[in-house]
Amino acid sequence: MIPAPFEYARAASLEEALSFLAEHGDEAKLLAGGHSLLPLMKLRLATPGVLVDIGRIEELQYVRDEGEAVAIGALTTHHDLSRNPLLRRQLPVVAHVAGQIGDPQVRHRGTIGGSLAHGDAASDLPAVVLALGGTLVALGPKGRREIPASEFHNGFLETALEPDEVLVEVRLGKSGGTGWGFEKLTKRAQDWAIVAAVAVQREDAPGGVGVGLVNMASVPIRAASVEAALADGASVAEAAELADADSDPGADINASVEYRRHVAKVLVRRALERALAGPAGGDGAAGAAGAAGGAGAASEGGSS
Amino acid sequence: MKVEVRINGRSVAAEVEPRMLLVQFIREVAGLKGTNIGCDTTSCGACTVLLDGQSVKSCTMLAAQADGLDVMTIEGLAPDAGDGSAPGATALLHPVQRAFHEHHGLQCGFCTPGMVMAVTSLIAEAEPGSLDEAAVRVGLEGNLCRCTGYHNIVEAALAAAREAGVAAGATE
Amino acid sequence: MSILGNRVLRREDPKFLTVGGTYVGDLELPGALHVVFVRSPLAHGVIRSIDTDEARAAPGVVGVFTNADLGAGPMTPMGMVNQSMVRPLLAEGRVRYVGEPVAAVLAETHAAGVDAAELVAVDYEPLPVVVDPVTAAETGAPILFDDVGTNIAFELNFGEDPSFFDGCDVVVRQRILNQRVAPCPLEVRSAVAEMVDGRLRFHASTQAPHDVRSTLARYLGMEESAVHVVSPDVGGGFGAKGGVYAEEVVVAALARNLNRPVRWTETRSESMLGFGHGRAQMQDVAIGATSDGKIQAYRLNVLQDCGAYPDMGAVLPFLTRLMAPGVYAIPKVECSSRSVVTNTVPVTAYRGAGRPEATAAIERAIDCLAAELRLDPAEVRRRNYIATDAFPVTTAVGTEYDTGDYAMALERALEVAGYEELRAEQARRRSAVAPDLSSEGAGGGLAPRSKQLGIGLSSYVEITAPMGGGEFGAVEVKPDGKVVVRTGTSPHGQGHATAWSMLVADAMGVSLEDIEVVHGDTDVVPRGGGTMGSRSLQLGGVAVSQAAVEVVDRGRQLAADLLEAAPDDVVLDKTMGRFHVAGTPSISRTWAELGAASLDRDGQALQAEVDFEAPGPTFPFGTHVSVVEVDLDTGQVELVRHISVDDAGRVLNPLLFGGQVHGGIAQGAAQALFEEFRYDADGNPLTANLADYSFVSAAELPSYEWTYTETPTGKNALGVKGIGEAGTIGSTPAVQNAVCDALSHLGVRHVDMPATPVRVWEAVSAASSSVPAAAAAARSEPANATNGGA
Repeated sequence: MIPAPFEYARAASLEEALSFLAEHGDEAKLLAGGHSLLPLMKLRLATPGVLVDIGRIEELQYVRDEGEAVAIGALTTHHDLSRNPLLRRQLPVVAHVAGQIGDPQVRHRGTIGGSLAHGDAASDLPAVVLALGGTLVALGPKGRREIPASEFHNGFLETALEPDEVLVEVRLGKSGGTGWGFEKLTKRAQDWAIVAAVAVQREDAPGGVGVGLVNMASVPIRAASVEAALADGASVAEAAELADADSDPGADINASVEYRRHVAKVLVRRALERALAGPAGGDGAAGAAGAAGGAGAASEGGSS
Repeated sequence: MKVEVRINGRSVAAEVEPRMLLVQFIREVAGLKGTNIGCDTTSCGACTVLLDGQSVKSCTMLAAQADGLDVMTIEGLAPDAGDGSAPGATALLHPVQRAFHEHHGLQCGFCTPGMVMAVTSLIAEAEPGSLDEAAVRVGLEGNLCRCTGYHNIVEAALAAAREAGVAAGATE
Repeated sequence: MSILGNRVLRREDPKFLTVGGTYVGDLELPGALHVVFVRSPLAHGVIRSIDTDEARAAPGVVGVFTNADLGAGPMTPMGMVNQSMVRPLLAEGRVRYVGEPVAAVLAETHAAGVDAAELVAVDYEPLPVVVDPVTAAETGAPILFDDVGTNIAFELNFGEDPSFFDGCDVVVRQRILNQRVAPCPLEVRSAVAEMVDGRLRFHASTQAPHDVRSTLARYLGMEESAVHVVSPDVGGGFGAKGGVYAEEVVVAALARNLNRPVRWTETRSESMLGFGHGRAQMQDVAIGATSDGKIQAYRLNVLQDCGAYPDMGAVLPFLTRLMAPGVYAIPKVECSSRSVVTNTVPVTAYRGAGRPEATAAIERAIDCLAAELRLDPAEVRRRNYIATDAFPVTTAVGTEYDTGDYAMALERALEVAGYEELRAEQARRRSAVAPDLSSEGAGGGLAPRSKQLGIGLSSYVEITAPMGGGEFGAVEVKPDGKVVVRTGTSPHGQGHATAWSMLVADAMGVSLEDIEVVHGDTDVVPRGGGTMGSRSLQLGGVAVSQAAVEVVDRGRQLAADLLEAAPDDVVLDKTMGRFHVAGTPSISRTWAELGAASLDRDGQALQAEVDFEAPGPTFPFGTHVSVVEVDLDTGQVELVRHISVDDAGRVLNPLLFGGQVHGGIAQGAAQALFEEFRYDADGNPLTANLADYSFVSAAELPSYEWTYTETPTGKNALGVKGIGEAGTIGSTPAVQNAVCDALSHLGVRHVDMPATPVRVWEAVSAASSSVPAAAAAARSEPANATNGGA
């Protein structure tokens, strides 16, 4: 409950954040919403020497229409993403998934940049950004560079960000708005996904669809074999059978490797069906006898 | 480092270690013991307070991150009686507090402050007509209670939502 | 009109809702030192050395202590249990579970203590570990207590009659896991100790302050009169705060030894490894019946996991045995048990404590029998209930049930549930050939074939106040007319302040606002049994009620003296709260006047103290019906409805009664579907915090369809039974049976708890590997799934 001691520096601007990072090097960790880092620090599973708090940098809190793409500031909270009118209209999958992360309190603090930079394979937004073929923008001493989402996650909790760089923006093409499905299997509503799958229609993808998987490897991944099979004319059911082809899931207290591979196929099939279906889907978790809302399997999708 | 937080309208300033959590600042520095600590993994929500009007888990924020911001705890929720009396000393209750009382939404009371603040935030940011039972249940996924089985908490939240005009029309 | 039986809002609430309760961790204690424990990272090992030098030298550290420094303990098991399995307060020579406290750091701040605890260097030599109780009971298993030479702490042996199942047409056997769970009250353990005028004052988060007083005195070698225990607000207990923990004794010992105030509050992660666990039984059931479903014989063998030191957990099978036959008239019942130590957290009481395990076993056995005989589970129950006109009745294990009407509770529950309709819907889904599109579920058409419906029943009877004993209650009238009630119960959410006030108001004709209920202070309340085992109302409430009646008698006597009338002519006007001579209400004496007059006359307060001894325990009962949807593709289970009909005798306040049932249902359902405390083979805990341990939330549960009936007991004048644990006892088997029922047409006979997605999916996969899935899905008859004859 009590983190190991550290130094704290609040950056009032991006410029200041970069200079703190340059000053403290490897010792420093960026603190945005803190909902990935602080829980680890409280259990002393992370003991950074210096925390650079970028949470107040307002210039990184935005969702903007930039013609071909929607640009999202890295410090935009999950809550703000879920309520953002532009996202709800243009990229409802992002608003929807952001609204399913953790719990309301977590969504009030957690940010899209923090989620991506932490790089946990079990978090939902990185898989969505992958499926949408998004681009991440980093700012460092050498300036601004764009990193394709497919090249961002390098290994377990590792990203392409350099220690002196800050993730500043996520850019998403708008084509993912036409049809989407998101299927998340959790033990409890507030838990991380045991497995989740997201499918989005994309005009720029060979098969017309992008598919992302949560918690099916040490990093968030794309189900490239599924996408390729669809491009080759496979049916949804056939393609979904390849859901685990590009994965390397682990076993933990919630699931075996075998179970994850199986469930990935089920969830990808359901996500694809929703993404490619005609009318907007409803909430697949609703019970016939009518009862609790969000327990366990949350699924939603639609098309426009 | 010096941290100053406005808690329930009162400014509280102190020299603290950077590692001090907001919940520790509220309990130990401000001396407000209504906000409880029920876990150490951001799971239980007993420490929920409002930060600039939004529910947050005060165990997962540094006090330093709240520097200069507005925090409301359970002690700040009931309307001021205007006679200098402490909260709880009068019959004045916030609608959410009153709903918890009338629907028996509490037993041992340990989760209650966090639960009440979470419901308050849920109602405050709900769109009109949006809160049905399912939405309330999912909206409280981050607040654990071991006594009530949630049944009466959900009833209390729905009653307060109706009073605030954000309950789904068809409910009950 | 009596206030009893009315929905009265809680008097306790305003404080909790506006400023929060005052829990032990909230107490201000200037200058108090903070205790932080160093805990074992190993499940089993020899302690070679403990180096505390670096920690002692750390900033803010006052001292670092090991067991030899304390001059207190060791803790001894309760009677019946192997007395050689003693527990040192801090591990000495050997550690036996991950989380066992090894040393105590005393520091000026909590943070300094946490920092220094990391500097205590303990050198361990690992020993072979035993986690599984089945293995622990076998010869050749690693032994926890070398000088004992066995891991068996306690046994109940009633032999095995070789002709036990003679005359049965069918015998069904099943091994059932009643898994280890963590009680998880929202408030973790916390203690504050200080020496005041030569006496130890100890603030405890407990369900039984008087037991804490005697236990601390014993382990500290102090007179009981030198120990003062106060239990302020307590944030839940669920049985696991019913005893005294080693850490609490250490806190008291340090305060006494150093003569300085000391405080301790654990973290949740510590609590998961130190606070007692619950359940943890492996059960083997065998049930024999005639072909028309009349049960002839039932055998239950229990293997109880005690954890590393035999605590209350060791004797849970004793309670399980008392209730083994449940609500059924079974001519022959055998129940044997063996309690073994393992390298895990000690097991203690958890809501129901041994009785939920009994109900879970028999209710699963009944469903297995119904499946074997292809009978409706409701019908098998009907054919075997103890008849309503048979009470009082002594079961085959010797337990005497007071009152009950089991068939009535079943029929009522089935009616509320719409049982026939549910069975029809289940059949429709089983025969559906809809393509497996999840979106069609909500699309207004066919339910997806993958979402199967399960309906589970559980008829329960339980024993409340099972340990017997009595309870203290006192009522005193103050000169200002206020009434002070002192009770030996120790509420921590149950609402005794409201309930006891209702009893007193009803007897005396005073308003609730004028009644104060005092509990939890051993200097103010001379004795008490605390709150556990659903005992409070039927013992403590009755004691308070009797004291109020006695005060009325004394008040009448005093009023008669003052009014110069015969006591028999004086009546109490309860609407006004005053005594007068019958027929002349204008001349009267109020309670305030009588309270003052009593003091004036002889200096004695107008009061009565009662120690109520009940002639025996009581036996609440009911039936729960649970409805689940199971996604066959993912194994995910959703609890969609839960219906309960509960009967605990006369109901004092339906608001409080319902609250107890609701909470019980949630905990019981959570055990069936979500919660399990798990270890790996090396004894490392895998669910050691609330992120990994699936403490259930509102989002996983439905609202409950709850109703109650009232069948009074004759064991007390109020006709009341306990209701604190019934919800848990009834709900767990109903939910588990529903899960198994949803899968029965696929050839699945049993799924152990918790029914997690992976476990359900594995059960479905295993069944469908022997039965083609499509064929199985279309079958309407239950599969023949017996695994044994007589």
